[in-house]
Amino acid sequence: MSDKTPVLEMRKVDKSFGPIDVLHEISLKVNEGEVLCLLGDNGAGKSTLIKTMSGVHQPTRGEMLMDGKPVSFNRPREAQDMGIATVHQFGGTYPLMSVGRNFFAGNEPTKGVGPFKVFDRQKANRIAVDEVQKMGITRITDGDRLVGGLSGGERQSLAIARAVYFGARVLILDEPTAALGVKQAAHVLRIVNEAKRRGLAVIFITHQVMHAMAVGDHFAVLIRGAIAADFRKGEKTREEIADLMAGGESMADLEANIEGYMETHDGHVPEPAH
Amino acid sequence: MASETTNTSDLADTLGKLIRRPEFGTLIGTVVVYIFFASLGGAVFLGAPGWSAFLTMAAEVGIIALPVGLLMIAGELDISVGAVVPAAALTTALVSGHYDMPTWYGVFAGLAVGVCVGFVNGQLVTRTSIPSLIITIGTMFGTMGLTLGFTVMIAGSTGVFMTPDPSAKALLGSSINFMFRATIFWWLGFAGLIYFFLHVSPWGNWIFALGGDRESARNAGIPVARTTIGLYMLSGFAAAFVGVSQVLTFGSAQVAAGQAFIFNSIMCVVIGGVLLTGGAGSVIGIVLGTLTFAIVNQGIFFSGIDPNYGSIIIGALLLIAVMSNDSFRNLALSYATKKKAG
Repeated sequence: MSDKTPVLEMRKVDKSFGPIDVLHEISLKVNEGEVLCLLGDNGAGKSTLIKTMSGVHQPTRGEMLMDGKPVSFNRPREAQDMGIATVHQFGGTYPLMSVGRNFFAGNEPTKGVGPFKVFDRQKANRIAVDEVQKMGITRITDGDRLVGGLSGGERQSLAIARAVYFGARVLILDEPTAALGVKQAAHVLRIVNEAKRRGLAVIFITHQVMHAMAVGDHFAVLIRGAIAADFRKGEKTREEIADLMAGGESMADLEANIEGYMETHDGHVPEPAH
Repeated sequence: MASETTNTSDLADTLGKLIRRPEFGTLIGTVVVYIFFASLGGAVFLGAPGWSAFLTMAAEVGIIALPVGLLMIAGELDISVGAVVPAAALTTALVSGHYDMPTWYGVFAGLAVGVCVGFVNGQLVTRTSIPSLIITIGTMFGTMGLTLGFTVMIAGSTGVFMTPDPSAKALLGSSINFMFRATIFWWLGFAGLIYFFLHVSPWGNWIFALGGDRESARNAGIPVARTTIGLYMLSGFAAAFVGVSQVLTFGSAQVAAGQAFIFNSIMCVVIGGVLLTGGAGSVIGIVLGTLTFAIVNQGIFFSGIDPNYGSIIIGALLLIAVMSNDSFRNLALSYATKKKAG
């Protein structure tokens, strides 16, 4: 595994905003068909790291490589053109638009010629429904349905399916399960596995250890802008990871959460933790 | 799940689709309002005078409401239309009346003024983070001041007269049987064009996406700034068009005209089911909303209701329309959820 050329690699990347150093010597790599989980508490620098990877920010020092070649993105669009897609918590979906229109926003399929090009609704709906179903969400059957009527998990899945369809090679998922119910989170995790099976490199950002454990191959724990731990699947237990993330604080609370997620994982539906 | 959908009978399906269309609530409103004022206003309101009255009003405010509606769907407001109407009218009157140049020069200059104000609005809205409400209030006062200043400086008064050539007058300022003004047909023509633009062409999707989530739209590669600027130029053009058609119809332009268009255009759009915060709406809705507004506005005069109380009815209409539109929108959203659960 590790002898392959990583799709995306960061080497000793620093990011500062004026005098404030946010990221310190971040080195990460993610391979095809692999899920890298970035764990960290709020304020650990996860968002800045994502924004640096997706071209919103430029590294202050250090370099980024794609397929072994150095790259630099001046704006998010350039990262997207290279195949780096970022899906934010509710980003990329518009509640009062149909599934088909959502899927193709900005890349509309057309029929007809010249100024009389027409939005091809049927084609858009058909492809959107197909793609979402291929990702395992079989409950979306009508491309005319408004996205606002879907569950949070389905919306998230739609956004991921969209990124995959438009040729993403690296999929950055920013806290995709944070605001979701237990069942819906399971939905999204299934989609992450599907994306991985299709050979995408997935970077999964979360602070929920159980969700990370469910899909991750490789883990990096971010504390105060630095990578505090970097390990592969099976090298650390849940408790150790949670301890790392929290820096030893409020373990009792964390344990309570983890208990809850363990039950989920066995297929039982527990009462929501909050 | 799929079999369940196909098993539903075609009629129920069609009916369900109709009810879930965003403009369905507005259609009911238009019909109810028409029946109400027809029963009060009688034959005069039902006949040509009634139709001519509300269609003339609907056409003028409707031409402006269409692009203002597009902007609202895209999540922006345009208050400056109220100042563009007299600015364009006076520009046309000054060029073709005061300076006595051919009417078409004046028409062109008037329309250009509208497009320029729209361009400035669009630039300011896309380059700053100031809400478009504030920006267009600013440009409205700016345009008003410039119009007044230049008119008094050039013509020496706040009103300017002109005699349009027959060809221009026929196209923009004529009327059939002295009742149905040419603007009515222009309005319907514009409505058709904008319908194509919003609902049929691929660009319509961008407008909905802009109002739904601007940041995601930008990430999806939609040219956010260019689309927004284009929409502002369109609303500037439409407001100028109304101003120009007024001056060609009446042969004079006044500095003070046009303030009513600000709230009236927004009301038509909102009655028509466009979400004030953007992301939802339809051209048929805007047209129906405009009709509803014009029927109420003119119906009050035909019905014998004391016009002093007319504003109460208009205010109530707005609130009822928004509430019913909200319920229909929720119906459209929750329908899908129920189908899934069932």
